[in-house]
Amino acid sequence: MDIVSRGFSGRRSPENAKLPPGQYLTTDFPVLSAGPTPHVPLDRWEFTIDDGTRVLQRWDWKSFRDLPSEIITVDLHCVTRWSKLGTSWEGVSLDTILMDIQTDASYALARSYGDYTTNLPLNDLRNKQAWIAFRFDGKDLAPEHGGPARLLVPHLYLWKSAKWVRGISLMPQDKPGFWEGLGYHNYGDPWREQRYSGDE
Amino acid sequence: MAGAALFGRRVMWRIGTVVALRDETPTARTITLDVPAWPGHIAGQHVDVRVTAPDGYSAVRSYSIASSPNSHGRVEITVERLPNGEVSPYLTQEVAAGDRLELRGPIGGWFVWRAEQTEPVQLVAGGSGVVPLMAMIRSRAAARSTAPFRLLYSVREPQAIFYRDEFQTLSDKDPSLTITYAYTRVTPTDWPRPPGRINASLIASAAWPSNLAPTCYVCGPTPFVESATDLLSASGNDRDKIRTERFGSTGERK
Repeated sequence: MDIVSRGFSGRRSPENAKLPPGQYLTTDFPVLSAGPTPHVPLDRWEFTIDDGTRVLQRWDWKSFRDLPSEIITVDLHCVTRWSKLGTSWEGVSLDTILMDIQTDASYALARSYGDYTTNLPLNDLRNKQAWIAFRFDGKDLAPEHGGPARLLVPHLYLWKSAKWVRGISLMPQDKPGFWEGLGYHNYGDPWREQRYSGDE
Repeated sequence: MAGAALFGRRVMWRIGTVVALRDETPTARTITLDVPAWPGHIAGQHVDVRVTAPDGYSAVRSYSIASSPNSHGRVEITVERLPNGEVSPYLTQEVAAGDRLELRGPIGGWFVWRAEQTEPVQLVAGGSGVVPLMAMIRSRAAARSTAPFRLLYSVREPQAIFYRDEFQTLSDKDPSLTITYAYTRVTPTDWPRPPGRINASLIASAAWPSNLAPTCYVCGPTPFVESATDLLSASGNDRDKIRTERFGSTGERK
């Protein structure tokens, strides 16, 4: 039911062709958070994997940083419609994090300092699709962008890339996270434009 | 209930007809839309607005709803014109009464104030971040709520204030609504405070004391929100009571 907006011409750019539907290109790095930015000191930081009842594995900052890391270049797509292409990060692959974990769980709930949560199928964290990132553009990750470390799952809308991540709970059943319980899509694939609850 | 529109059902595109336009400042305009079958909204929610060129190219941006929930299918947004914006110059300069716009919403279930809330509320706005906070103030008035509200509103200069007359009218007749302006570049003559950003002393004098446990809503550009939330936290407000909405320097909103 598109209606033409009298007098609107718009600004087309060749880069737009590379973007998921409904996105526009930005070169800066906007911030979207539901509350205040947590400031987590490294000596108190920890990251845990649990199965909902018990902790399966735990890292402090030093043991986390001792894990092998990767430098990756990925495109970011925020549900608020900006996309940023070719961003450079350093982080530990979830394949590395999950290497020694035996589980039958199919779903994961990422948990953050500040009590943010987001859910995703466990398979979306595997096979070189997800990282715990601690550097952006060669610099330590700033608190407003999720530092000291954030989840990075670039094939989904950016709210799935939980900032200030402190752990992942493995779950047999899916459970909506923060935005997923507030009207946003449960899965959030930008190429299928799954923005809001009820989008196909 | 408006919130129910968020869940389970597809948020559909609707056509709104522009019924009124009002300039708030030299660069910001309020657009009143008549939207048949509008499902209702909660103060603080936003809408996606889609504009489409004759060749089918379209662009979508999110805008906060400025109007209070109502049963007349009326939705107001206030759009600030960005110098290099793609959509905001069109909405603030081209759109005329009778034009139709596509919109989708309401969206967002976190940065909202409901008339059932009775606790003190601290609103902190930076520039056009005042729009969803105005929806809360209007909702409170429409619901005859007596929840104590304070708004701390940071603007560059007096001419940049949105809704000035309405703020005056609402706060004049209501002792439990207090509005404090903070000017960052230019103040009115004889203003007691030199121009400057919101700081700890202004939070101490103009915001609710943290022992009253106000719910805080902070909206504005990212650096503003970062600074204001840090000040609210430092003055003793519980982080769980602070809700934020931010917009980046290139985003038309958020």
